[in-house]
Amino acid sequence: MAAPASSVAVPALSPKVLAAALLSVGVMLLLAYLVGFDQGAVSRSGMYLHELMHDGRHLLGVPCH
Amino acid sequence: MRTFGSLLVRGLIVGLFAGLLAGTFAYVMGEPRVDAAIAIEEAGAAHSHDHNNDHADSAEPAAQEDEPLVSRDGQRAGLFLATSLYGVALGGMFAVAFTLLRRKLRTGNDAYAALGLAAAGFIGIVLVPFFKYPPNPPAVGDPDTITRRTVTYLLTLVIGLLAVWAGVALSRWAARYGDVARLAGGVAGLVATVVAAYLILPRINEVPETFPATLLWQFRFASLGTQATLWLLLGFGYAAAVDRRLVRTKVAAA
Repeated sequence: MAAPASSVAVPALSPKVLAAALLSVGVMLLLAYLVGFDQGAVSRSGMYLHELMHDGRHLLGVPCH
Repeated sequence: MRTFGSLLVRGLIVGLFAGLLAGTFAYVMGEPRVDAAIAIEEAGAAHSHDHNNDHADSAEPAAQEDEPLVSRDGQRAGLFLATSLYGVALGGMFAVAFTLLRRKLRTGNDAYAALGLAAAGFIGIVLVPFFKYPPNPPAVGDPDTITRRTVTYLLTLVIGLLAVWAGVALSRWAARYGDVARLAGGVAGLVATVVAAYLILPRINEVPETFPATLLWQFRFASLGTQATLWLLLGFGYAAAVDRRLVRTKVAAA
């Protein structure tokens, strides 16, 4: 069932691609952390962003107060 | 052939739209429940003096009542910010997962591969945590245990992804015994991992006796719907995004 490589959408996993992928995951995790868990320590906005995104956090299933 | 950059950008854009639409679902289905729960929370805070509550427990809602940092209207708008950012983050990670795992998915169709990944993500990141630690509305949950609840929640998320992996691995191993065995193996690997984790992880139930059961159910249903919307749109959106490129490449090559 394995498809010929030419029909697959992804680039070969060179070290460069892997590094970019790793970096992207780091940035994305930081973003998800800001929405889900930050209480001002990373965003440096005090509790403002935390309170602003309060409803989203609840409805996205993240534990909150 | 696609570069990682083009795959990533597609994930971010699809994630943004999925997040915005999930926010719309949450706004319509979830906000009335959040409002109702906050009303209960504030009523409870007013009576909490004759309760044997912790000091922090009664002080925090009171402080929020006096001068909220963000108004309720602000939080309703912030809902869209939260779901959009979360959608972008998921879309980006989805694109990375697609890049790294695409060759391991046994299909010649990129769109099917995207749908399969989305299904795996939804089971591992949403369903497995949901049934062990269902999301709670405001007024439910002891602030003193938030760290513990956060850690256990993240653990279920990681275990959920491991369970999906176990299901896939067992189904591939069982495939030699036929199609039914392949499916049964997948289900068995997934369910066995999840059940074992559910038994080991601590039970957490902080729903107050007096909290309305209907409201709790409606809130949790809205939360599940929000996340289902996000993952459904992410999966089909990304499938469409890589599919269209495939067609264009073929045309260009012809």
